[in-house]
Amino acid sequence: MFKWLHPYAKPEKAYLLSLSIFKYLMPVAIIGLFVGSLWGLMFAPADYQQGDSFRIMYIHVPAAIWSMGVYMSMGIAGFCALVWQIRLMELSVIAMAPIGAVFTSIALFTGALWGKPMWGAWWVWDARLTSELILLFLYLGVFALFHSFDDKRYGAKAACILSVIGMINVPIIHYSVEWWNTLHQGASITKFDKPSIAGEMLWPLLINIFACMLFFMALTAYRFATEVLRSESHRKWVLQINK
Amino acid sequence: MNPRRQKRLYTALVLVSGLAITIGLVLYALKENIDLFYTPNEIVNGKKETGIKPQIGQRLRIGGMVVEGSVKRLGNDLNVQFELADAQSKQNITIVYDGILPDLFREGQGIVANGYLRTPTQVEAFEVLAKHDEEYMPPDLAEAMKGIKHVKPENNPALAKPDASGAY
Repeated sequence: MFKWLHPYAKPEKAYLLSLSIFKYLMPVAIIGLFVGSLWGLMFAPADYQQGDSFRIMYIHVPAAIWSMGVYMSMGIAGFCALVWQIRLMELSVIAMAPIGAVFTSIALFTGALWGKPMWGAWWVWDARLTSELILLFLYLGVFALFHSFDDKRYGAKAACILSVIGMINVPIIHYSVEWWNTLHQGASITKFDKPSIAGEMLWPLLINIFACMLFFMALTAYRFATEVLRSESHRKWVLQINK
Repeated sequence: MNPRRQKRLYTALVLVSGLAITIGLVLYALKENIDLFYTPNEIVNGKKETGIKPQIGQRLRIGGMVVEGSVKRLGNDLNVQFELADAQSKQNITIVYDGILPDLFREGQGIVANGYLRTPTQVEAFEVLAKHDEEYMPPDLAEAMKGIKHVKPENNPALAKPDASGAY
């Protein structure tokens, strides 16, 4: 079934593929982020209750959604790496971890900026905020574990195990606003229902969410290519590329 | 799939599902502690599953809707008093607060107050946080839908069902 994928388990093929993914996705992502942010921050109408303060949503929501999305893809990659013992999958885990950590930090930071004027507090220990903070620590843990062993394969294996186990936190973050009383409001778009955002405010948000995904994919491809080069630095094909 | 991979696959699946069940049970056991606040109904009648009521003098958070027309200034200072209700509550909870209210605080708005229970139905708050919902819309649309500025339809007394008056 996955025969067509097998050539890409060769580091050289994977390296070239990820570089071309980066080359094509990055410009689209940047244009998307530019259009979505400009539209959202300048042209979308202000909210009936929150006025212009709600506009931080155009940064906060994509970062928060992909902080969870990145973790899921990292966890799945870690799972495949553990079960099928694919070394390149281990490298993709470590390629994704810092990107996810940055998305999570952005979500936490913009959330604090949004919370102060609207709720009246930078930080509240409610279930949504706390579980998102745990997600940040999980990312940092994956990254730290990877680099804390002298033997790279041991480190990669430990990082993969943590990334798989940490996936349990993702549904907890998503459903925290439904399972418990929280100060954080419920989901506006990531639900099986009509979005509770007016159309002219929703479009720039959707563009930004999509562009953020492309941005994540492009960055991952680039970091992955770098990791492949680093781990193969003594091989002939790398030396040939460097010539 | 070769037997070694199959073994690793099952080991990983069993580990992850076992851990998920463990964490699920822990979270279930800690349910009351993870809830950020009591609702007015829970203060009067106790938590839904356990029936635990807060004690007088206990420090707690309460979350609910500010009852229309209940906000009273008690003088020329910041002292303010208002009532909270939720969909199930028969008895409103009175909040006494001496401090600056957040921008989003208005009648009909959901808030979370942090304070001490002084009598079975009165909370002396030292912090009031506004809770906003997940709906976003431009003001003209909100006005067209609701006919009145800044108030959602279910909180608008003109549109509210007669039997729902007092607690919405």
